[in-house]
Amino acid sequence: MNRIRHNQLIQLISAQFKDIIRHPAVIFWGIIFPILMSLGLGIAFTRKSDIVRQVAVIGQEQNPSSAGPSSGTDSRMIMDFLRHHAEKMESNDTVSPAHRITLKDDKLGNTIFVFRQATWHQAMSLLKRGNLSVIMDESRGEIQYHFDPLNPDAQFTYYKLSGIFNETAVTASTDVILPLTVSGTRYIDFLVPGLMAMGIMMSCMWGMSYGTIDKRSKKLLRRMVATPMKKSYFLIALMMVRILMNAIEASLLFLFAWLVFHVTIQGSLLGLLIIFLSGNIAFGGIAIFVSSRTDNTEIGNGLVNAVVMPMMVLSGIFFSYHNFPDWSIPVIQKLPLTLLADGLRGVFIEGAGFTDVLAPTAAMLTIGVVFFSAGLKVFKWH
Amino acid sequence: MNPVIEVKGVYKSFKNVQAVNGVDFEIIKGQSVALLGPNGAGKTTLMEMIEGIQKPDAGEIFVLGRKWKGNEDTLHQQIGLSLQETHFLDRLSVRETLVLFASFYCLDRRRVDEIIQLIDLAEKSRSYVANLSGGQRQRLAIGIALLNHPKLLLLDEPTTGLDPNARREIWSILLRLKQQSQTSLILTTHYMEEAEQLCDRIIIIDHGRILKKGTLSQLLEAENGPKIIEFSLEAPAETNGFAPSRFQIQWAAGQGKGSVILSDIETELPEFIEFISINKLRLKTLECRRKTLDDLFIEMTGRRLDD
Ligand SMILES: Nc1ncnc2c1ncn2[C@@H]1O[C@H](COP(=O)(O)OP(=O)(O)OP(=O)(O)O)[C@@H](O)[C@H]1O
Ligand SMILES: [Mg+2]
Repeated sequence: MNRIRHNQLIQLISAQFKDIIRHPAVIFWGIIFPILMSLGLGIAFTRKSDIVRQVAVIGQEQNPSSAGPSSGTDSRMIMDFLRHHAEKMESNDTVSPAHRITLKDDKLGNTIFVFRQATWHQAMSLLKRGNLSVIMDESRGEIQYHFDPLNPDAQFTYYKLSGIFNETAVTASTDVILPLTVSGTRYIDFLVPGLMAMGIMMSCMWGMSYGTIDKRSKKLLRRMVATPMKKSYFLIALMMVRILMNAIEASLLFLFAWLVFHVTIQGSLLGLLIIFLSGNIAFGGIAIFVSSRTDNTEIGNGLVNAVVMPMMVLSGIFFSYHNFPDWSIPVIQKLPLTLLADGLRGVFIEGAGFTDVLAPTAAMLTIGVVFFSAGLKVFKWH
Repeated sequence: MNPVIEVKGVYKSFKNVQAVNGVDFEIIKGQSVALLGPNGAGKTTLMEMIEGIQKPDAGEIFVLGRKWKGNEDTLHQQIGLSLQETHFLDRLSVRETLVLFASFYCLDRRRVDEIIQLIDLAEKSRSYVANLSGGQRQRLAIGIALLNHPKLLLLDEPTTGLDPNARREIWSILLRLKQQSQTSLILTTHYMEEAEQLCDRIIIIDHGRILKKGTLSQLLEAENGPKIIEFSLEAPAETNGFAPSRFQIQWAAGQGKGSVILSDIETELPEFIEFISINKLRLKTLECRRKTLDDLFIEMTGRRLDD
């Protein structure tokens, strides 16, 4: 072929696309990494495995600390109970002897308690490392439980333990429990659209901002605008390439989630498309704005982090943002990442239709256009 | 004839540096001109103002008879340039990079092939830009500058940092261009030899001002101009306390070396030898050569060009 298609835009897109995909790291961070993350988290939260909880039993010791056990405790009652009801575990030189009680439950999974004798000091350091959440001892013939009442896991352990020691423990649920594992209600169904939203944000913010700042600091922008190149084409090409990359990444993530976890799209495909595009435009616009002035990649890193980190924490990618205080929810819901993640989840798991996603789409388009225009206006080419 | 570049009373300062401090010159069509000056002289700043990248604080610049304001599109079509340092996209091949820039000028692939021949990168046309040597990369930058058959070519330090071979390859590209086209050329350099080889006229600048301009022979006061004697002594000597003489010796402090300019070598050289023996010095080396731009620069500023 002897002619270049007379199109700057196509050449700009093709050049930037090649420049991206020829970096091997792109394949890992853009494609493999989100898939690994969904695999890891998906497995962690879908397979019901045995729950193992360590419990420290404070042995004979004097302890002056007021928060510690009352002086003269020897936990004789607890140890007697364990000798009779628990199975003794093999001990070796490094680990002190322990007892094990297993609560069998077909539906909710087994819970295994491992009781180990320890001094208060040892127990505290295990607690700080997160190896145990409940400490037991005795005072005047009564069993005492030490744990953080704000920690739900410690609470759960305490309820079960107290059941065991009061001999009221249910070894198997007698209630009728019907596990909700149909698709659309599992954690993985919540997670995959969230990961997609995060992928779009990360890829726009890091890819576009870093790339632009780098080209500025290497004087490539300066060189390019010293030709008849249209400036807006350059930025449009930048966004188009990113949308293309994100489409590939999101499709692969979905394909994987569909094959491995049977994640499905319940709502409108057209709705999904416009949510996806408007999300890209929102973050593309923000990325262009963030990278419009500086030629220092360190400053760029800081700026990108300042945008990305708060949304990562607040927007409920991994866990619902409804745990945040009520007053903050309306604010959180207006963050672009929340709009995108909620929009994608709407289509994926709630079966949202085309009209349902129009509002978030419009909001994200507005964000994108406002930031893009502001960015283009102050953009430093030299 | 209309000048291709007119620079009139141009000033430019950054926070606390007066980078360009009142510069006037003209360049006529087909001429090639070297801006010669040491680091920080203001060459790049001046070039970038001519290229429309920076704006002068005061003064006017006409390129091909037009001001930059409002004529960006027309001027970008007609000039070619290479910046002091540009990186292109690392993982684009030489050909792909040229194709990208060609698309900005709506050129076809035939032009890209011509350029690849011209800059002698046929063998490397499929290599990534990241894997080119310094000289090859600089040739690519010149190739990009030449894509659109520019009427005016502006090159900022096209050979700085290159070894003599790579430098000569670039010179031969530019010399061929000079023979074959009417392109006007302005380039900046630290190297006197480069200015001598490639350019009809030379403008010496320092601290943002023009120190001297003219053709090489004008600057060096023609063929029978002054000669330079460079000598070294067997033992480093005290440089003061000599019998008074009419020679103004430039001593290299503490090294037993010096130089002196002689305007009439046939009568002055014997006097110089006599001066040496009167002072009981012993010569180790003695060289005579014609004056160069370097000497001229040292004469004017007390510093060397490549410092
Ligand atoms: N963007 C800038 N901000 C601040 N100072 C600058 C800027 N650009 C140039 N200068 C200063 O202006 C002076 C002239 O710089 P310029 O780059 O034009 O010199 P030069 O002759 O090209 O030098 P070199 O041979 O090293 O390339 C220098 O003192 C430099 O520090
Ligand atoms: Mg310079």
